[in-house]
Amino acid sequence: MSRLLIKNGRLIEPSSGIDENRDVLIEDGRVAAIAPAIEAGDAEVLDAAGCIVAPGFIDIHVHLREPGIEHAETIETGARAAAAGGFTSVCCMPNTIPVNDSPTVTSFIVERARRSAIVNVFPIGAITKGSEGEQLAEIGAMKEAGIVAISDDGRPVMNSRVMRRALEYAASFGLTVIDHCEDLNLSMGGDIHEGIHSVRLGLRGIPGCSEDVMVARDIILSEATGAPIHIAHISTRNSIEMVRHARRLGIRVTSEVTPHHFALVDTDIHGYDSNFKMKPPLRAHIDKDAALEGIIDGVIDAIATDHAPHTGNMKMQEFERCPFGVTGLETAIGLTLEELVHPGKIDLKRMVELFTSGPARVIGLDRGKLSVGGPGDVTVLNTSRKWVFDVNQTQSKSKNSPFHGHSFRGGPLATIVAGKVVWQAPAGAPA
Amino acid sequence: MSSKSNAGKSLLGIEVLDRSEIEWILERGRRHKRKPGEAVKKLDTLRGKSIVNLFFEPSTRTKASFELAAKRLGADTISISGEGSSLSKGESLVDTLNTLAAMLPDTIVMRHSASGAPQFLSRYLSTPIINAGDGQHEHPTQALLDALTILDRRKSLENLRVAIIGDISHSRVARSNVHLLSKFGAEIVLCGPATMLPPALKQLAPGITLTHNIVEAVTDADVIMMLRVQLERQNVLNFPKNEYFQFYGLQLMHLERARPDAIVMHPGPINRGRELSSEVADSPRSVILNQVENGVAIRMAVLERVCGDA
Repeated sequence: MSRLLIKNGRLIEPSSGIDENRDVLIEDGRVAAIAPAIEAGDAEVLDAAGCIVAPGFIDIHVHLREPGIEHAETIETGARAAAAGGFTSVCCMPNTIPVNDSPTVTSFIVERARRSAIVNVFPIGAITKGSEGEQLAEIGAMKEAGIVAISDDGRPVMNSRVMRRALEYAASFGLTVIDHCEDLNLSMGGDIHEGIHSVRLGLRGIPGCSEDVMVARDIILSEATGAPIHIAHISTRNSIEMVRHARRLGIRVTSEVTPHHFALVDTDIHGYDSNFKMKPPLRAHIDKDAALEGIIDGVIDAIATDHAPHTGNMKMQEFERCPFGVTGLETAIGLTLEELVHPGKIDLKRMVELFTSGPARVIGLDRGKLSVGGPGDVTVLNTSRKWVFDVNQTQSKSKNSPFHGHSFRGGPLATIVAGKVVWQAPAGAPA
Repeated sequence: MSSKSNAGKSLLGIEVLDRSEIEWILERGRRHKRKPGEAVKKLDTLRGKSIVNLFFEPSTRTKASFELAAKRLGADTISISGEGSSLSKGESLVDTLNTLAAMLPDTIVMRHSASGAPQFLSRYLSTPIINAGDGQHEHPTQALLDALTILDRRKSLENLRVAIIGDISHSRVARSNVHLLSKFGAEIVLCGPATMLPPALKQLAPGITLTHNIVEAVTDADVIMMLRVQLERQNVLNFPKNEYFQFYGLQLMHLERARPDAIVMHPGPINRGRELSSEVADSPRSVILNQVENGVAIRMAVLERVCGDA
């Protein structure tokens, strides 16, 4: 019987509201006890004195690139990057080659994850066949094979009739539809956020309204069908305001934000560095401020990284030719502490919520909490460890991060999946 | 990747230059102007220097102008254009440039259809780069030769009213001119339909106003700069082609609204009957050919600055 005792930590457990010193004992992958000062004889002990002990963090928006784009990332390397970022569970988007639009591909991902991933990997299925936006994918069969939500992330469903049917059909299976909101006609050809910076750099703009019109459509369709909709990587003030309004009306809309959207703005793009190129693009200050406000007041349910690995040669091109996307798993906690917790915008409990019970609730995943009998997934972090993110040391196969060389205060210290310590901060790192 | 020892001498754009650097180039360019009837003086300022002209986008006048400028200074030049180069064989831009840089040219003159291509390369290359036009971003030597052309007829750029008319949003010529004119205190009026005149342009530099009305733009103007209507970069939705001239083409009647000594400029190639009427193009107000002439002088000055030992 494997036993792990996490001692002396400050347990922050949002679903039960606990914020006190507690020991956590995990036996055979499940939580066996949560109590002050547990004595457990021969159990392996992890001393978490001075640290925060939280339910395992969940990232509901990552790209693991397998099958088909293994030179950029694999399920194995993506899972290692997740562990190094303090995540015990990730949900991977279906835009692989082939697209995860069938139970066969879903089963392949589940099986690869079982054999090679050190964290839990939950696949997200496509909404439509090939994510082409026309015919519904085998949503029910994919659910039986293991998907936890559906999305045509990156190739959003433009046809509102298809989207309506997808919402209705997915709801019959208890699945949430996650939408990457982008009107592809309005955003066509764009490279960065449309505004003074795109004008200055001579780059084509992706207007905020290309996101807003789709968020509006989705809210209206959710209201019409009664089905839940989740807005991925929300990035504009108007979109956040619409979600806020919709929720007041009782419409079942949720949203997530990425760390780069609350940490950076378009004017941070220097030297045509494509490690700052992603979709949605880095927006204006008013949008970033709205994201912070949404996190504080609860309109935003989750922080998700949209970890999108691309190989160096894909990103070493003329800006307009480079693909969209940045990696993000390993910097998410550090950025959240820096932008939200250290400045006092949110407390640690809210931060833990945004990485655990928040995302779990969005897709109805039975994770994100620590309770006796439940999964022994734990994230241990602190708010003081000084470290520098060196992209050359990343666990990901790709290095396209805008935060190379960035100094952080606080971050993950240990990642525990089913009672097993799968990652620990490098020993000897200055405390 | 190599060090960036010489890359600091690059000329990537006007926005990053300060007034004194611009004045140095203009003064130097003025000295390189030929007097009427004067024979070409071949100088040896850049003897022994090699310059690569790398044109990934078609160009006639800018390429010829850079080649002539280099030759007049005694430099060795080779010119490579996009078609037939290794780029069309799938080599990446960085690899192409690294290969050329390994042959140790003193300067690379580069035109590219992607905004920021020379800025991106300058982060990885030690060879200084002269930007001969990058996408919709900047065309610094055009703005310098335009300034020289204006200063042939005016004492200073300060308080001049300069109207720039046409597809501002897609124009690298407009951006570079705006930055230069603004640094010298000119009053800049940008004019075009809203599809080509994003409101954010007002924040590009101090001294800018925007208008959709060409009559308003040219009224009391000292300088009228027309931009080429760039169909190749044009989204078909930006304007109905057939009525463009009617509302934004420069005609003789507009010149009556401008200052009596106003000049008309155009970076070329001109489309008669599209952005300006033939009568305007051929009128004494037009300084379009002077611009071309000044182009060689300015590029000589720029090559000396970037590639010379000074």
